[in-house]
Order: sequence, then C-alpha cells, then structure tokens
Amino acid sequence: MQEWIDSLIRGWGHDPATWPWTQFLYLAFMGLFAFIVINFAAISAGIFSWAERRVAARMQSRVGPNRVGPFGFLQWVADAVKLLLKEDLVPAEADSVLFRAAPYFMMVGFACVFVCLPFSHRLIVADMNIGIFYIIAVTALIVVGIIMSGWSSNSKWSLFGAIRSAAQIISYEIPGGMALMIPVLLAGTLSTQGIIRAQGGWPWQWFIFDNPFSFAAFFIYFISALAEGNRTPFDLPEAESELVSGYNTEYSGMRFSYFFLVEWGNMWVMSALATTMFLGGWQLPFLSPAQFDALTGFPAVAAELASLAVFAGKTLFFVFVVMWLRWTLPRIRVDQMMNMCWKYLVPASFAGVIFVAGWMLVVHAVPWLGWAMRFVLTGVATVGVAMFALRTMKNLRDTGDKFDFSSNW
Amino acid sequence: MTSPKPLEIPTMDMTSKEVLRRIEVGGDMLLNMGPQHPSTHGVINFLVQTDGEVMKRAIPEVGYLHRSLEKIGERCTYNGYMPYTDRVDYIAAMFANQGWAMAVERLLGTVVPERGEYCRVIACELNRIASHLISVGTMAMDVGAVTPFPYALREREFINDLLEELCGARLTYNYLRIGGVAFDLPTGYEEKVATFLDHFEKILDEFNRLITYNEIFIKRLAHLAPIPAQMAIDYCLVGPNLRASGVKFDVRKDLPYSIYPALQFNVPVGKGEMGTLGDAWDRFWCRVEEMRQSCRILRQCLAQIPKGGEIMAKMPRKIKIAEGTEAYSRIESARGDMQYYAVAGPGENAWRVKIRTGSFTAMGIIDALSRGLMIADLVALIASLDVVAPEIDR
Repeated sequence: MQEWIDSLIRGWGHDPATWPWTQFLYLAFMGLFAFIVINFAAISAGIFSWAERRVAARMQSRVGPNRVGPFGFLQWVADAVKLLLKEDLVPAEADSVLFRAAPYFMMVGFACVFVCLPFSHRLIVADMNIGIFYIIAVTALIVVGIIMSGWSSNSKWSLFGAIRSAAQIISYEIPGGMALMIPVLLAGTLSTQGIIRAQGGWPWQWFIFDNPFSFAAFFIYFISALAEGNRTPFDLPEAESELVSGYNTEYSGMRFSYFFLVEWGNMWVMSALATTMFLGGWQLPFLSPAQFDALTGFPAVAAELASLAVFAGKTLFFVFVVMWLRWTLPRIRVDQMMNMCWKYLVPASFAGVIFVAGWMLVVHAVPWLGWAMRFVLTGVATVGVAMFALRTMKNLRDTGDKFDFSSNW
Repeated sequence: MTSPKPLEIPTMDMTSKEVLRRIEVGGDMLLNMGPQHPSTHGVINFLVQTDGEVMKRAIPEVGYLHRSLEKIGERCTYNGYMPYTDRVDYIAAMFANQGWAMAVERLLGTVVPERGEYCRVIACELNRIASHLISVGTMAMDVGAVTPFPYALREREFINDLLEELCGARLTYNYLRIGGVAFDLPTGYEEKVATFLDHFEKILDEFNRLITYNEIFIKRLAHLAPIPAQMAIDYCLVGPNLRASGVKFDVRKDLPYSIYPALQFNVPVGKGEMGTLGDAWDRFWCRVEEMRQSCRILRQCLAQIPKGGEIMAKMPRKIKIAEGTEAYSRIESARGDMQYYAVAGPGENAWRVKIRTGSFTAMGIIDALSRGLMIADLVALIASLDVVAPEIDR
C-alpha cells in the first residue's frame, strides 16, 4: 500500500521522501481504506441479508420481501434503520460491560479479515506475506465475542449457544486450517495474492483440480467454513428450534444487528477465501499474471475490472451455495458435529497435507502426470455437475408443473 | 454477574412446582423449556434437568392451555357444544366434531344418511392430510430444515381452501351436526378434490426426496427414542405413534365406524427401516404414508358417494335424552384414538362429558424416553409424538 501511495504522489509531481509528514499521510490513507473495507463488509452483509431472504423465499415457494424498493432491494436498509432505532436493552441480571462489549469483538474479528482478502488483481488492502495465517488467526476472535455474549447474557439458552459455538468453531478451525495449508503447500507462499498467482485462469489450472487430495481439501475447507460461520447444517449455536436463538437471545437493537451482520458478512469471507485458495481467484484465461502486470492504460483498467468481475462472480456463486445449503438441509446434532470433525475431517485433512507433499515430489519427477491428473479431475467434476443437472431435471419432470391454484380454482 | 441466590429450603406453603424445582434437580441445571419456547408446539413447559447437552430427564408440565372444555360440554346443549369441540384440537378439528356427533348419535340411536357419512369421511380425511402436513412440516423444522414446512403449509392451504368451500371455515370448521353434516358438497367439489389429489401425490414424492430420505435427517432421527411395542401399549400411545412401533391398531379398521368398512386402505406400521423399530423416523414415515392412504380413501369416497340424497337425519329441534343414558364413541383422529364419553342429563345437556385424546397420553411417555437424550433430541422427540397443546389440556 505504501508503494502505491508513493507512486500516486510521484504521479502528481512530488517526492514523498522529502515530505516531513508522510507518516500521517499513510495513516490517513489507512483510515480511508479501513473505512472503505468496513463499509464494503457491512453493505455486502446487508445485501446478503436481503438476498438470502429472497433466495429462501424462492426455495420455499413464498414471495419474500418485495415492498421496499424494486424487488424489495431496500429492505435491508429499512431493517438496519429499524434496528438502529430500537432500544438497546441490557437485561437487569446481565454483566453489562461484557454484554455491551461482545458485539464489538465479533465485528473486529470479522472486519480484520478483509485486510487480506483480495478483490482483483491489484485491489487488496494489504498483501501480507502471512496473509492466510493472519486470516485464520483473526477469525478466531469471533468466538471470543460469542462466548462473551453467551456468558454475560446470564441466560441459560445463551450459555448453551455460546458453549456449543466455542466447541464448534475451535474444533473446525483445525481441519479448515489444515485444508488451507494444501494450497499453501502447492503455491509455496502464505500471501493470498501469491496463491492466486500460482494458479491460472482455466479450471484445470485451479488448485481444486490439482490432485485428488486438494479436491478433497476444498470440501473439507468448505464444510469447516460452514461450521465456523454457524451456517446450516452447523447452525447449532443459534438453533432456533432448540435454543430459542442461541448466544444472541438477549440482544436487541443495534448490538443484535452486529451479530447478524457478522454472520452474513462471513458468507463473503468464506466464499472469497474458497475462491482465492482453490478456484483461481481473479485469474483470467489467456492472461498470465506476468502479462497482467505488464498491461498499461485502458487494457489494464479493462483487465482489472474483468478480474474483479471474475472474482466476485465465483464468490457470489459460493455465497449462493451457502444459502442453498441452509434452506435445504436439516441441522446435525452436537455429537454428530464433533464426530464428523474429529473422526473424519481432522485425520483426512492431515493425511491430505502429507499426501499433497508426496504428490508434489512425484509431479516434480514426472511433470506430465500433474497435467494428466488435472485434466482427469476437471473431467470428473464436469461429469458430476452434468449428472446433478440431469437428476434435477428428472425430479422436476416427476413432480410435474404446479398447476394454477389461483383465481378460484 | 450477580451471584445466584442460594437455594431455599422447601417449606410447607410452597406449591408443589416450587418444591420440584428445588429438590429434584440437585446440582444439575434446570432449564425451563417453555411455555414460550419456539418448538414446544404450543404452551407446554418442560422442566429439563440437564448437565450440559445431555439431559437427565425432561418432565412435561401441562395445563397452560386448559379451557375446561369438558365442563363446558356439561353446560351446553348437545348441539351447542359442537363449535366448542373444534377447540379440542384445532389442527384437526373435524375429528373432534365427529367424535362428539357420534357420541350423541349413539345416545339417541340416530342413523346418519349415507351421503352424510361420505361427506363426513371426505372432510375428515382431508383434515387428516392437513394435520399430518403440519406435523411432518414442524418436525422437519424442529430438526432444523426450514424449507419442508412452507411446502407442507402450501399444500395445507389448498386443503383449507377446499374445506372453506365446504363449510365456510378454515380452522375451526363446525361442519358436522348431530345426525349428519351442515352442508352438502358444493357443485363440482368432487372434481376439485380429485385435482388436488393428483397434484398432492406427486408432491408427497417430492417431499420424500426433499426430507424423508435426507441423509442428515435420517441420521438425526434413526435410533432416536425408540418405543418398543409393549412400551407403547403400556403408555397408552395411540394413532401413528403406536403404529410406528409396529402395533397394527387403527380404529378405522379394528373398531370400524361410519363407512370405513366399505373402503380399502392399508394401515402403515413402522418397520424400523432406517434404525430401530419405533424410532422417531418411523413415526415421521408413518405419517407420510398415512397421507398417501388418506388420498386413497378420498379417491374411493369420491367414486362411491351416492349422488343426491339426504345429508341429515331427521332430528328433533330440542334433543332430549333419557337421564343416565351413556354412550361412548371412538374415532381415529389424526393424533390417534379419540374417545368421547357422554352421560345424558335431565335436560338438554349432558351430565358428564369426557374426552380422551392422543396427545395427553403421548406427553406421559416423554419423561421415560427423555433420559439420556440430548436437548436437540428432546425437540425432535416432542415433534415426533405430534403433541398439540390444546389437545393435551382441553
């Protein structure tokens, strides 16, 4: 970021090295970027709340919010305004300091992730060399907020939700983190942009199709991310049919909205991370990263926008998949959740890391094997998607058209 | 956090509930699940004694919705009580109507005309489908799958439309009368029901694909709180809860009433297909299959119903029955064997009305089944027994 600001100032015809107060300038820019990123996080979370309600409504053959703005798009603004105007209630028996502080811990843990999340070829706040490590570390802060909220609410339901959440998030960070280590191994760097650069624009160049273990690692990561984001089928911490509302039962108004802002914002985080690590990020076909760097003028801007669109497209697809899963699957039980993590995902992810290391040695010795495996896996995935589509079409045919029950049937 | 108050030593003037809350729990956590909990299916309270996720036991506490319906039955005239019976079980109000109508008809010795009986059975079986839809939908929702519930409600809405066309009401029907039914089938009603059934049977397949054979759903419900056949009989379980344990008892088959002897249908019993016999999945599956059987019954009714004819028997304007006459009626409600006992009084009302409902006995078994279950399983267990708060308390 610093170099970028320096080059910007040089572009205006000044030399930043001669300025005595450049540090303050950097600070101001950092503040500006933080403002932009937090707003992006908050607004995307708001839009996802609307999108999720629309998606859910379509899946459940309902209408969904459609009154405020076109297709009800401004519903999230209306909801946010309502929540901001609501009374910020603190229960009499609650530990008011912790109770008030808990949502901020969640917000911090969530917003800090965006520092390292890429958006396009150049659009990233800070391309740290420990990017993935940093992301895994700061997301753990969310669980602190959840436990604080559950404990300080002085409600048994909240406590249940918080304890479940602590067990769940801490457990699933292990397979999730190990699964993320596989692209790190393949790319040889922890930097998010570096990992994207090590992939390519075509599906067979993505890390997901690199070898069978990275293919499995993608699913391990995705399952773990669902669990860390408290999404169905892992929404045990806020299971409304069991725990009323889980850790946020006693919250109201703006603090309550923070919890949901984090939940919906996390959908972008988990999907963007999946795109970055396994699905080639912003990479465009026919344009290698080196060629991309060399572009100038209008083609550079166009390619930048195209890479932004590619990244956002992949990410939004996974955001949709997360919603899709939520409105399809039942919730698993807490012991099944733990079994799945410790008996299957953790050993599988550790085995995956070791096997990928071995596979890299094999590919190093026999390079054509790597390419053959990539094409085979891409083919397998294509066949899988096609079979899924055929099955869906058959199911649709079997149920038949819903006949029109309206107009006084 | 302020430290909790020390436990009080129980004294003589404390109510039994207060004593229970202080004594039985000991060092464990006591969780009041209800009466405003989202998944207790009405105002029921469960005193859950728990040590973390695993419960020691759950004690059902009923009575929050008691409306003295049996006492009201003793104050009303025989006909005047009919709208009140709707409130016995508002999810399946038609059955409560039928039970009362049959009890008074037995007091009087009335024979209902055949078309009237067919109208009753059509209305009841439509209502059974509606009730089971609510049951399976809420069960899926309690296990965390939200989507099957709106699907079920969407189908139920069509049934509500049909019943509204039949009797003008969508929830508390008040359709049956002592001696018959209030209204004849509207013109073209048979075709509408047939159209709905064609549509609905396909939807049932879709429903099965969506949730019944969902892997997570099976994992959650298979082996959960299995009720052996003998235990089910011992605890007086009725209806789908009993049949899921493999006991083939259906009042429609075994103690036939109305026109059910003339109809062909199967009684689905649990087979332990996915786990243990009589587990929660079997109870769910039994309800889904019963909807299919109800469709079959409805199709036969539509084919067999006499064209034209009376729907009401000749009834006196004021029903007076010799004092002390007793009658007992048993019908297969959506929640199982529903029984009405009535003793005629001196005037136009009964001395005594007693209603026996399936949900009340189903509540009794929860304590025994809940030991060692998890909190999430308790929710699934309550839903699988299909208890409905007004039917428990009446």
